[in-house]
Amino acid sequence: MKKRLQGRAWIFGDHIDTDAITPGKYENLPLKELCRHCLEPVNGAFAQNVKKDDVVVAGENFGCGSTREIAPGALKELKVGAVVAKSFARTFFRNAIAIGLPLLVSQDAAQECRQGDILAIDIPHSRIRNMTTKKPIPAEPIPEELYYILSNGGLFSAHKKKRQGKTHVSASLAFGQKGRSSMKVRRPRGRL
Amino acid sequence: MNQTIAEKILSRAAAKKAKAGNVVTAHIDLMITHDGLDSVYRILQKQGIKRVWDSSKIVSALDHNVPPHSERVAARLKEMRSIVKELGIKNYFGENAGIANQIAAEKGFVRPGMLIAGIDSHVITYGAFGAASTSFGFTEIAFLFAYGAIWFRVPSTIKFQISGRLPKRVMSKDIILEIAKTHGVNVGNYRSIEFSGDAIKHLSMESRMAMSNMAVELGAKFGIFEADDMTLGYLKDIGIKNIQPFRSDQDAEFEAVIPLDISRLEPRVAWPHSVGNVTPVSQCRDIPIDQAFLGTCSNGRLEDLRIAADIVKGRRVFRDTRFLVIPASWDIYLKALKEGTLETLIEAGAIIGNVGCGPCMGLHMGLLAPGETCISTSNRNFRGRMGSYEARIFLASPATVAASAIRGKIADPRDF
Repeated sequence: MKKRLQGRAWIFGDHIDTDAITPGKYENLPLKELCRHCLEPVNGAFAQNVKKDDVVVAGENFGCGSTREIAPGALKELKVGAVVAKSFARTFFRNAIAIGLPLLVSQDAAQECRQGDILAIDIPHSRIRNMTTKKPIPAEPIPEELYYILSNGGLFSAHKKKRQGKTHVSASLAFGQKGRSSMKVRRPRGRL
Repeated sequence: MNQTIAEKILSRAAAKKAKAGNVVTAHIDLMITHDGLDSVYRILQKQGIKRVWDSSKIVSALDHNVPPHSERVAARLKEMRSIVKELGIKNYFGENAGIANQIAAEKGFVRPGMLIAGIDSHVITYGAFGAASTSFGFTEIAFLFAYGAIWFRVPSTIKFQISGRLPKRVMSKDIILEIAKTHGVNVGNYRSIEFSGDAIKHLSMESRMAMSNMAVELGAKFGIFEADDMTLGYLKDIGIKNIQPFRSDQDAEFEAVIPLDISRLEPRVAWPHSVGNVTPVSQCRDIPIDQAFLGTCSNGRLEDLRIAADIVKGRRVFRDTRFLVIPASWDIYLKALKEGTLETLIEAGAIIGNVGCGPCMGLHMGLLAPGETCISTSNRNFRGRMGSYEARIFLASPATVAASAIRGKIADPRDF
């Protein structure tokens, strides 16, 4: 995950669903081909023109609908730097954290940005600045446990780091407290 | 005590007292997967994870792409059958069994008080049994395959206190569409929804499943009904006894308690392209339709097929309308066949499809052309969901869909 980034804003409305982000009818395509249809129902120009570190800015309930992880997955594949929205649907939020796609909750971003404005974003401090209008945009801090997962590149790599003891925050909440019997992971039985 | 059902279930699963707003690590009791299994498998491979945590707690089905509609998909399903063997998943139900969000209940895997994780967002359906059931993406499901536990933010709960009896031809789908309209499609975001009140005891398990199913369309994490005599009766019929149901405590703290009287509810219809874009059926009468679709994990159950059969009996489906009927599971299909429900539907001109998700998410079996209109019992009417971006999808109850199939335009089931 890139901690600081600068890119153009792509503006979307409220309740952008995962069928709009990654239409179900292309679900069986390889990710690279699927990406060509990313957000196609709401903005046909997005997938062709989005550049590295560009920022998706949206209103309420971004990513509602299907649980499909390819929705944040496609945005990550297209190298979107961050998604900023008034609020996120639960599964989109979790999936983005789990795969290491940064997201920020901001009540004002959708109003304070126009299509193509340049945004500078500082993920660890949840800071957004609209470089075009030269205005700061307030954003909510990311909870510590979730930032730990995000900044370590997603759920599995954060878990590995934690197991190796390379952790500097109390990430125990996210992965179970050490030494508590109730948190013991049962001995695996199936074989892969 | 003062805990909601969601808090109680998460407390037990996390082995510590869970209060709304806490983040806890909770152990999952049951996991339900569908055609996304190959993606989960690839993540496990990439992470070098060789064993799953407990294969006996995984129920696998294939429902989105059955039978395969392309060579590519056929290859995927073939691979999935071998993945199931490799992972040692014994609770595997093949391409003829039905929708994952239906069969885990029918086959007796679901119990009140369970914490259930699924790949599909509509796994929330199992909340009808008093379980806390919710969905995760592939990476988190792979994590659960590996370790069996994951973080949860303990949700606050909104309780809908539902009173009255449903009028004739009005169904539980109409209740949930009414809630989506009145309270918006993100009223449940990050929250648990509990359905309660004296109206509930008259709702069948199938009607409850339709409502829990749609709770995710309100953004909810869980959509829970307290387990009562109806629940225990259903479980007893499939051989499950000695159940300890969870109830919210008398002094449980709810974020909101919202009363709703359903005794005068009219049939409801959600207009394109949002589940919350709802009006009474009277306001969309006479909109011509090209397809009427009865099925899915939302409303493809026996009760739904029966009311449709009752409405179309002795009538003919409108000449230019496709009336697709897709039972949610093999059990439902067989029962509907034996009791003559399917015969009535076929006589009226319905097309009966093989069990599975059908055209719900736009993969196959009844997709829409530009300019076409569909009325569907499914749970989503997003733009392009069932084919063309220029097609329109209206959502309604099985009764309204069947009535509309006969008229060839959106119709009020109370006229039948």
